[in-house]
Amino acid sequence: MSTLEVKDLQVSVRTEDGPKEILKGVTLTIGDGETHAIMGPNGSGKSTLAYSIAGHPKYDITGGSVLLDGEDVLDMSVDERARAGLFLAMQYPVEVPGVSVANFLRTAKTAIDGEAPKLRTWVKDVNTALGNLDLDPTFSQRSVNEGFSGGEKKRHEIAQLELLDPKVAILDETDSGLDIDALKVVSEGVNRFRAKDGKGVLLITHYTRILRYIQPDFVHVFVAGRVAESGGAELAEELEANGYDKYVSALR
Amino acid sequence: MTAVADALETVTGIESHLNPPPSYDLADHPVPHGREEIWRFTPLKRLRGLLDGEASDARLTWTTELPEGVTLREISAAEARELGELAPNDRPSALAVQNAGGAVLVDVASEVELSDDQPVVLRLHGESADDVVWGHLVLRVGAFAKATIVVVHTGSARYAATTSVLVGDGAQVNVLTLQDWDDDAVHLGRDAIKVGRDASVRHTAVSFGGDVVRLHANVEYAAPGGEAELLGLYFADAGQHLEHRLFADHNQPKTKSNVSYKGALQGQGAHTVWIGNVLIRKVAEGIETYEENRNLVLTDGCQADSVPNLEIETGEIEGAGHASTTARFDDEQLFYLRSRGVSESEARQLVLHGFFADLIRKAGVPSIADQLTQTVEAELAKNMLGSD
Repeated sequence: MSTLEVKDLQVSVRTEDGPKEILKGVTLTIGDGETHAIMGPNGSGKSTLAYSIAGHPKYDITGGSVLLDGEDVLDMSVDERARAGLFLAMQYPVEVPGVSVANFLRTAKTAIDGEAPKLRTWVKDVNTALGNLDLDPTFSQRSVNEGFSGGEKKRHEIAQLELLDPKVAILDETDSGLDIDALKVVSEGVNRFRAKDGKGVLLITHYTRILRYIQPDFVHVFVAGRVAESGGAELAEELEANGYDKYVSALR
Repeated sequence: MTAVADALETVTGIESHLNPPPSYDLADHPVPHGREEIWRFTPLKRLRGLLDGEASDARLTWTTELPEGVTLREISAAEARELGELAPNDRPSALAVQNAGGAVLVDVASEVELSDDQPVVLRLHGESADDVVWGHLVLRVGAFAKATIVVVHTGSARYAATTSVLVGDGAQVNVLTLQDWDDDAVHLGRDAIKVGRDASVRHTAVSFGGDVVRLHANVEYAAPGGEAELLGLYFADAGQHLEHRLFADHNQPKTKSNVSYKGALQGQGAHTVWIGNVLIRKVAEGIETYEENRNLVLTDGCQADSVPNLEIETGEIEGAGHASTTARFDDEQLFYLRSRGVSESEARQLVLHGFFADLIRKAGVPSIADQLTQTVEAELAKNMLGSD
C-alpha cells in the first residue's frame, strides 16, 4: 500500500533578485498502484516538483504539504525520505568519482533496508538488475556515473529503482536523450517495477513517446507551476496532436 | 598579422617568467625574502635555516629493493651532469647538488621490463629534524625499458633534494614518491623529468606528513612524442604546509602533459599550495595539455591556494586547458547519495574515500595502493572523530 499526496505545494528558489516562485499550488494524489504522467513545456516547473518532493536543498517550500502514506515528507531529511520509500530517478545523475557502482548500490541498499544485504544473493541480484537493463556485470566496477553515456546513466537509474524497490518512484525526464532501443529497455524496467503490488509512479516527461511503452493511469498537464488539466491516457494523445499551445496561450 | 599573433611573437624566445632558468650557480638563486613569485606562499621561517645551505654529512638511511636489471651506485656530481641530469631550478636544489657530495644513480637498463608488482623501491628514512640532509639522485631508465620506481620518505630531517628522472626513448616509467614524514620534518624536493621520444611517464607525489613539504615536479621533453602524467595526492592536517609546484615545459612538438592533483585539508592552519605552470613554447606545435587541481576543505581554519598558469607561445596546438576547484563537499554529489537513503555523514565519507581512491587507482602502483589507502583512512578517521 502506498499513497503520495501533494497538497497545494508552493515552492520558490533563491535568485539574485530575491525568491522566485516556481510552484504555485500543486495538488496531486498518486493512489495505490497508480502511474501518473506529468507533461508540460520546458520551464513549467516539472523538475522542480520532482526535486522538491525529494528534498533538494536548492528549493524552499513556502506552502502546502507532501504526505507519503500519511507521513509528512517535508519534515524529513533527504535520506529519510528515501528510507521512507521515495525514489527519484534523475534527469542528470551526478558523477561520484572513485566510488564504484557496486559499493554505491550496496551502501544504498543497506541504508534503505537498515541492514546489509545477504552477500550470496546480493551479487546475483545486482548482476540480474544490471543485466535486465543491458548493462554488463563489469559495469559495477566503474565509478558512479563517471564517463557513462547518457543512456547508461538512465539505465543505471532504473537498475537502482529495481534494486532499492521504493514505494513511490518519481522519474524525471528519464526518457530524455534516449534512443528507441534504450527507451524500450528503460520502459521495461519501469513496467517490472509497476507490476509489483502497490507501487506508485510519477512520470515526468516532455514528450508522449515514452507513454507508448509505459501506460499511465492519469495524465496531468503542467503549466506555469501548477496542474492545468488532468485526465486519463487519452489526454496524452490530445497533447501529441495539439501540443501545449492552448494551455500556454490561455495564460497570456 | 593579428594583434594576438603580434603579442605571441613578442614573447618568442623569452624564458618563462614564472620559472627561473636552471643553473648550478648559487648566485642565480639568491636567498629569498618571501615576496618572490616562487617563494611567496612558503613559510620561510619554518624551513629552519635550510636555505642557508650549511654543509652537513648527515644522510638518510636507504633501504632498497632492486629487481634484476636495476643497479644502484654512487657517482660524482660531475658524472651526474655528464649523464644529462636537469640543472637546479631553485635554491634548495642548487644547494643539494653543491652539498650532497655526489649523487646516487639508479639505472634501469635499456629494454628491461619490470612488471607492475615488481617496483624499484627506495626507502629513505631520517632520524631527526635537527639533521640537515642534502640529497642528489638520478633515476635513469633506458630506452624501451618499463619500470615503476617508488621513493618513500619516513622519519624526520630537514631534507633538500634534487632528483632527475631521465627517460629513454620509448620507455614507460611510473614514479611515485610518498612523503610520510613525522610531524616536524622539512622537505624541499625537486623532481625533474626529461621525457624521451615517444616515451611515457607517470609521476605521482603523495604527501601526508611533515611540517613543511615543498615539492617541484617538472617535466620537459628530449624529443617529440613524449607523454607525461603528473599526479598528486595530499592531505594537510592542522599546522601543516604542503606545497606542490608543477611545471610542464612543452619544448618539443607533439608532446602531451596531463596534471591532476587532489588534496584535502583539515584543522587550524592547514595550508596547501598548488602551482600548475604550463609553458607552450613556439616550437611546440600540436601539443596537448590539461591540468587540474581539486581541493576539499573539510573544516574551518584551512587555506588552499591553487594557481594554474598557462603561457602560450603558439596557438597551433591540439588543446590546452585547466581547472581548479576548492570547496567543501559538492552539494549535488551529497544530494544524489542521500536521495538513495545514505545518511549525510556516510555520504561525505563515500565522497571522500572516492576522491582519494580515484587518484590512488590512477597512480597504478598496486604494491603501495593498500598502504596509501590505509593512510588515507587514518587521516579520515581523525576528521571523523573531530566532527559530527
